Amino acid sequence: MSRLAAQKKRRDYSILGPENQLAQQKGLVAAEWYTSPIPRQRMKELMKRKNGPAIRDTIIWVAALGITGTLAYYSWGTWWAILAFAVYGVLYSSPGDSRWHECGHGTAFKTPWMNEAVYQIASVMSLRPATPWRWSHTRHHTDTIIVGRDPEIIAPRPPIWRLIMMDFFRLYIGPRDVKRMIMHCFGVIHPEEKEYIPASEHRKTCWESRAYVLIFAIVIGACFYTGSILPAMFIGLPSLYGAFMVLLFGMTQHLGLKEDVLDHRLNSRTIYMNPIFRFLYWNMNYHSEHHMFPMVPYHALPALHKEMKPDCPEARKGLWAALSEVFGALIKQGKDPSYTVVKPLPATARPYYYGPGTVASDNTAAAGKG
Amino acid sequence: MWIEVCKADEIDEEDVLRFDHEDRTFAVYRTDKDEYYATDGYCTHEKFHLSNGLVMGSTIECPKHNGRFDVMTGQAKRAPVCVDLKTYPVKVENGTVYIEL
Ligand code: FES
Repeated sequence: MSRLAAQKKRRDYSILGPENQLAQQKGLVAAEWYTSPIPRQRMKELMKRKNGPAIRDTIIWVAALGITGTLAYYSWGTWWAILAFAVYGVLYSSPGDSRWHECGHGTAFKTPWMNEAVYQIASVMSLRPATPWRWSHTRHHTDTIIVGRDPEIIAPRPPIWRLIMMDFFRLYIGPRDVKRMIMHCFGVIHPEEKEYIPASEHRKTCWESRAYVLIFAIVIGACFYTGSILPAMFIGLPSLYGAFMVLLFGMTQHLGLKEDVLDHRLNSRTIYMNPIFRFLYWNMNYHSEHHMFPMVPYHALPALHKEMKPDCPEARKGLWAALSEVFGALIKQGKDPSYTVVKPLPATARPYYYGPGTVASDNTAAAGKG
Repeated sequence: MWIEVCKADEIDEEDVLRFDHEDRTFAVYRTDKDEYYATDGYCTHEKFHLSNGLVMGSTIECPKHNGRFDVMTGQAKRAPVCVDLKTYPVKVENGTVYIEL
């Protein structure tokens, strides 16, 4: 297929479009998903909440931001500032994203107020209106990678490279969310947000955005007052210039894998990562595990992975291995939008559960391509 | 009408058991204080069995999106749960748990 023909074949990924209805008709919405068999007793141990790991990680995070921030401050005006701010930006953006995520699930800390406090701070740091993203992520878990339902699909098939490139510096999703926050200040909720946020949460959405916009306004004010961009280099802009690791991690989660299936082993990717990446990403490299059992806290995901291993395809060997699989698949999808990676299961695993949405020919076509 | 659910020790402390009766499903809890409670079995957010969730004290956390309810009152405690859960009277007699429907 030519690239142009492939572009024309792209489905409508909007959650306000006709695919939403189609997904419902196919029985893919709020459906029963496959879960790996894990004894209840073991599951209870894995679900157990703790404050210790998240408090420790938060102290390390704040300290690392303090140290790199100080270095960045004193290097301002020299070439060293580029390096210092690059590190500061990654430490701001990437844990900002993963802490936003884990605290949104309420699994990071045992104590609810700690989850909520870090959730709000991390939402500011990842440039996300807090309540809309909480609900969008809820939908992402109900209807993971179901076209027309999941608002968090990073790229359609075939991919739109321009948007992916922009999001290396959060230049597509960032301005979209800032625009939405400004609209919230005037009480206006975007129609897409209305699709997944219940009306009872609209007021809260608006008040949170007013607070966030005020914070950003103060930072901008500080820039004018000091006649320097420096204040925004510490709060606000790192969400953009430090975002590339967020995107790289995010791209490995689902891209290149199946759409419209009811088995997280088919649409999510588990990867082994080094301890530094796992600290930044708060163990979300165990992504199939997280999706199948979202009530297991990040610190218990390596243990959950051990339990699920006999029932799952082999984990990818590292971030770069995963990214090369993803980019390879996206490039192939440019010509053949139906291309997906399906990894073989070990003999100990139960078969994949495709659910009602995937046509058999698509499976057979893709199965050999893993 | 009181319906027999299970033996009292079939539910661990701080745990929940799924109980299906006719075409309905319920969740029966034993709290950390050794008290028994019962609610509807499905979460009010979406149709997921609460019995796969986590009991913490007298709170149940739904396994799908981590919404929370107070099992004693059925009160919704944490988004995405917004609607309270229906509760049912429970009694324990001679080591057996009953719920009133
Ligand atoms: S189904 Fe229970 S919180 Fe969503």
